[in-house]
Amino acid sequence: MATRTTGTLSTATTRPVVTAREVRRSFGGTVVLDDVDLAIDPGEVVALLGGSGSGKSTLLRILAGLDPDASGEISRMGSQAVVFQEHRLLPWKRVADNVSLGVTGGGVRERVAAALAEVGLADRGRSWPAELSGGQAQRVAVARALVREPALLLLDEPFGALDALTRLKMQTLFGRLRAEHNFAALLVTHDVDEALLLADRTLVLDGGRIVENAPVPLTRPRAADDPGFGPVRRHLLGRLGVQSGSDRGSAS
Amino acid sequence: MTTSSLVEAADRSTVAPAPTPARSRRGAHPGRRWRRALTPVGLLLVWQAAAQTGRLPPEKLSAPSEVARAGWRLARDGTLGVHLLDSLTRAGIGLVIGGALALVLGAAAGLLRLGDDLVDPPVQMARMLPHLGLVPLLIIWVGIGESLKITLVALGAFFPIYFNTYAGIRDIDERLVEAARACGLGQLARLRHVVLPGALPSLFLGLRLALGAAWLSLVVGEQVNAQTGIGFLMMEAREFSQTEVVVLGLLVYALLGLLSDLALRMLERRTLTWRRGLQAR
Ligand SMILES: Nc1ncnc2c1ncn2[C@@H]1O[C@H](COP(=O)(O)OP(=O)(O)OP(=O)(O)O)[C@@H](O)[C@H]1O
Ligand SMILES: [Mg+2]
Repeated sequence: MATRTTGTLSTATTRPVVTAREVRRSFGGTVVLDDVDLAIDPGEVVALLGGSGSGKSTLLRILAGLDPDASGEISRMGSQAVVFQEHRLLPWKRVADNVSLGVTGGGVRERVAAALAEVGLADRGRSWPAELSGGQAQRVAVARALVREPALLLLDEPFGALDALTRLKMQTLFGRLRAEHNFAALLVTHDVDEALLLADRTLVLDGGRIVENAPVPLTRPRAADDPGFGPVRRHLLGRLGVQSGSDRGSAS
Repeated sequence: MTTSSLVEAADRSTVAPAPTPARSRRGAHPGRRWRRALTPVGLLLVWQAAAQTGRLPPEKLSAPSEVARAGWRLARDGTLGVHLLDSLTRAGIGLVIGGALALVLGAAAGLLRLGDDLVDPPVQMARMLPHLGLVPLLIIWVGIGESLKITLVALGAFFPIYFNTYAGIRDIDERLVEAARACGLGQLARLRHVVLPGALPSLFLGLRLALGAAWLSLVVGEQVNAQTGIGFLMMEAREFSQTEVVVLGLLVYALLGLLSDLALRMLERRTLTWRRGLQAR
């Protein structure tokens, strides 16, 4: 796979932080991604929706440069960080050491402390990952991504494993962090409401292609009970193959 | 891989030192600790009484007090120390040679596909040979001197360390490695921060099993023409019918095994502090 990483020196502010062209990936004859194109602008939050097994995680791994066997061209501008569905913290490193993993440059300790403070875990730096709750561990994973000051944050169903209440809090946290740091984000999710709440644009992946690419026509700040949600939600659910009279639900 | 880890798992279950239930039981009921000491002390007393009343012929089994006296005598004149040191040296050299070889080959087989293909099949085949049964062949190859004892210890230590290094590396969660890659860690840094600490619990288990195998190999090896060492002490005592020294040698071997296992477990607890949080669940 051809990968080009362009420096941040470019003055053109509208250059996408990531561009993918003609991305294809198959596993032993099964084509999972078939000619996917996509671009994400600086500061833009894009939600990637799709049924289970539609290739969302596969696409995210390719964008993150973690899949050497994919074909297509990816060009990146600026740094990236990934938050996976499971927290993926190293159990043998304390929270702060997990966050600082691979971070270079000066003032690492201060930056780690600041990142932990931002996710509300300033006092847990010395804890072991096994001592954290699921939501706390996922917040550490977010801090681990934040401390890299990424231009693009790739999130693979980051709140999927959390209970409904924690998920709502995490969504609020994500919105706040996005407003503060202005990173671009690709948010893989099963949850149409989550996509509508957080994203500027939604993509729907189906049959190995992006079959829908539309901005979210809602003003901010948003709340899940906005009357504007109904039609958009119904439309997206239809795109995801969920035929339902009800206006609440998710794609899984 | 599948078959080897199956065999390996079976191996672990048969050879692994039994988990010590004492710790949890002790916490449950303080009085039980003393109650559990009752039978061993009682047996010792019966043994002593049987020996003193002449029921137990002293040439078959000497009284505990005789064993203790022999131990004191040999410790005082330095004999015990000299022989103990020789035995320890053999065990140490054998462990280092066998362990290092096992670590290198196990890591090569665990990390590299080529290493797996080249190294693992012969090792899997060799592990079927009971290494203590190799003594006659080893005598032909390396003679009956020091190298025989060291080779036996090294062989005994090799297999548990090899298999546990291999399994420890293979069992590492691939997703953690990927996360480390996403954090920008290169190959060497991933080895250091993910593979090594991830395989460490398994390495400790291998080392504990290796220690057990090393003592066993030493016992067998030292019965072949040894001029020094605890085994020599025992063989010589047998010739002079000093049963108490034979029993003393056995006790020393047992103590060596016990102490080394304790020391290793302490080291393990200190090194793997992160696991305490896991175990608490
Ligand atoms: N390493 C792999 N080997 C073989 N097949 C794979 C591999 N990874 C993914 N696949 C297949 O690719 C398809 C897409 O998987 P992917 O994980 O990208 O789906 P997803 O959209 O993320 O699904 P979910 O929403 O359930 O997480 C699936 O059919 C899966 O079986
Ligand atoms: Mg997925």
